[in-house]
Amino acid sequence: MTPPIAVVAFVQTTHTGHDTGLSETELLAPVITEIKERTGRKRFGFTCSGSNDYLAGAPFSFVAALDAVGAWPPIAESHVEMDAAWALYEAWVKLLSGETDTALVYGFGKTSQVDTAEMLTVQLDPYHLVPLGVDGVSLAALQARAYLERSGAEEDDLTAVAARSRAAGRANPYALDLPEPSDDAYAVAPLRASDLPPVTDGAAAIVLASGDAARDLCERPAWITGFDHRADPHSPGARDLSRSASARLAGERAGAAGVQVAELHARFTHEELILREALGLGDDVTVNPSGGPLAADPMMATGLIRIGEAAARVHDGTATRVLGHAASGPCLQQNLVCVLSGDHDG
Amino acid sequence: MAERCAVIGVGQTAYRTRRPDVSVPGLLREAAARALEDAGLTWTDIDAVVIGKAPDLFEGMTHPEAYLADALGAAGKPIMRVHTAGSVGGSTALVAASLVRGGVHDRVLTIAYEKQSESNATWALTVNTPFTTSLVVGAGGYFAPHIRAYMRRSGAPDHVGTLVAVKDRENALKNPYAHLKIPGISREMVEATPMLWEPIRYLETCPSSDGACAMVLASESAARRAPRPAAWVHGTAMRSEPIFFAGRDTVSPQGGKDCAADVYRQAGITDPRAELDCAEVYVPFSWYEPMWLENLGFCGEGEGWKLTESGATALTGDIPWNPSGGVLSSNPIGASGMIRFAEAALQVRGMAGEHQVDGARRALGHAYGGGAQFFAMWIVGSDRP
Repeated sequence: MTPPIAVVAFVQTTHTGHDTGLSETELLAPVITEIKERTGRKRFGFTCSGSNDYLAGAPFSFVAALDAVGAWPPIAESHVEMDAAWALYEAWVKLLSGETDTALVYGFGKTSQVDTAEMLTVQLDPYHLVPLGVDGVSLAALQARAYLERSGAEEDDLTAVAARSRAAGRANPYALDLPEPSDDAYAVAPLRASDLPPVTDGAAAIVLASGDAARDLCERPAWITGFDHRADPHSPGARDLSRSASARLAGERAGAAGVQVAELHARFTHEELILREALGLGDDVTVNPSGGPLAADPMMATGLIRIGEAAARVHDGTATRVLGHAASGPCLQQNLVCVLSGDHDG
Repeated sequence: MAERCAVIGVGQTAYRTRRPDVSVPGLLREAAARALEDAGLTWTDIDAVVIGKAPDLFEGMTHPEAYLADALGAAGKPIMRVHTAGSVGGSTALVAASLVRGGVHDRVLTIAYEKQSESNATWALTVNTPFTTSLVVGAGGYFAPHIRAYMRRSGAPDHVGTLVAVKDRENALKNPYAHLKIPGISREMVEATPMLWEPIRYLETCPSSDGACAMVLASESAARRAPRPAAWVHGTAMRSEPIFFAGRDTVSPQGGKDCAADVYRQAGITDPRAELDCAEVYVPFSWYEPMWLENLGFCGEGEGWKLTESGATALTGDIPWNPSGGVLSSNPIGASGMIRFAEAALQVRGMAGEHQVDGARRALGHAYGGGAQFFAMWIVGSDRP
């Protein structure tokens, strides 16, 4: 019988909407220092991170980040070239095998140094889509249009998501201070500037622990009761863009029903609406109380932050059953759902 | 408590300088289809897919798992992508193994690849962020001083690297998938090639290859239904250390020693040379054989070159290293580590063909990467642990 596994600590930077001159390693170092202080641990049984070389424009951006971790004596460590939410998944699996009882997970990204819409073109089918030059915002707009037409929702519904997210972000000391959405021109119709994620530099870290270690390190551990991720076909023509089949599947498998709070990795306003539907989140569920990715989007840490923010509601006792979600790929192609509970057995 | 995990299928592509006949997904599917066939399974039997490759800049594709999901039958399933530099092929296999060991899945398909002909690896390895010094030297330029330091430290004679270059290419002649096949390979031939990064000559380096390697990893219950013998995982370990700091031993890194100690402890091995039957070890430059012989505890410090010189690591020696021909004969970078892990599995399954080590029952698979700072290892055996 595997002991239960919990998120026991979460730390993030005060994210910025511009380059402050800090390197990725410099962004990460205080976060790692703080999470070590918070848990009173200098070493963890396993370490795993998520980052992307195209954000830094150079190979091996994760190598320099090791300097922030203090990997000496050598540590058991791995890395995914994905959002760090998948690094958390890898660490969770490692703890499930019983090889160790603590894991440090971190992610970092500076979108201030790249045009992310253009960069995300390079994640597409290199033979058929990349030559067309379709960028991340244009693809998102296609999905938004498909969703509006199918659901009957209006552009005002998108703006309402932006307004709520930005207001929540202004109340969150770690998120950006963004104004109320105004009548901006379209970025790519039907999406306006406020429907898009802001440029953000930042980093975040989580410590996972199992069984007694979790109880030692945290007064109210956020126990992981379900964790799953699923992919949809890549080609935008091979799926119904107005829905997210993989999010629905991951949500069902992770046990999304009955959560009080959901932190969703919705980088565009319409994605939140598609995800609410796929995950079966009713009006009684508080979505993105942190402001979500529309209020701070340090890519490659954004998904991890969703799980950290959700866990923080359990840590502070304001919720007992929460959900953290992360997405990857064009138009919500991949979805990850982590359900956490203040009760040991969920 | 970890579940048991076994390799029940292995598939490799032919390794070549260029594979213009296949797309990137075509390359991966070639390896994956062979692994599935070996395991007696079809795409629908697979629960999850784990892929690995070296930096995205090598092919100019970021988040390749998104695009590859369709070709790898991953729609509706979990797919993830690992990247730990040169050790990635090994780390990817270990992530897949943990999905079985952690009891999450019964059958995991894992694939590592590189299609180096799509880009220029030496360029991609040398791009640096602002304010850091670019050495503009690729991997050979980085490792050459470490090799020179080993030679000085151990007093190894100059020709030992040449012996490895010849031995691994002789083995490659017996491996149908190997990239470099040089009939009549000899010391004279190696010594006649140009000096690239002193003391590394052209034929003492690995090639640039296109290729993919795949494995199907299975739980005990799934392995019991496999049509062919399984290679049981007896131990897995990863270690990392920072690339630059004062006093770091770059010749015999602590991370490699610790990783080996961890994997030996799990497998109950105290004398690797005596208790293992063969090893597939990441040797991209000839001199890394004697260096890793010492780092991995197959002999004492300063003795590695003597072991190589004695012929102990040849296919006919007492501890064959790289019977497949190794990285020196085939190097699709992101896959090179997984090929080591897969070849170790083939040996203990008795399925290595012409380069089979007679009666091999326990083997080490090893990969390293970055500035010799990332390590991934496993030990596989014919017997269920």
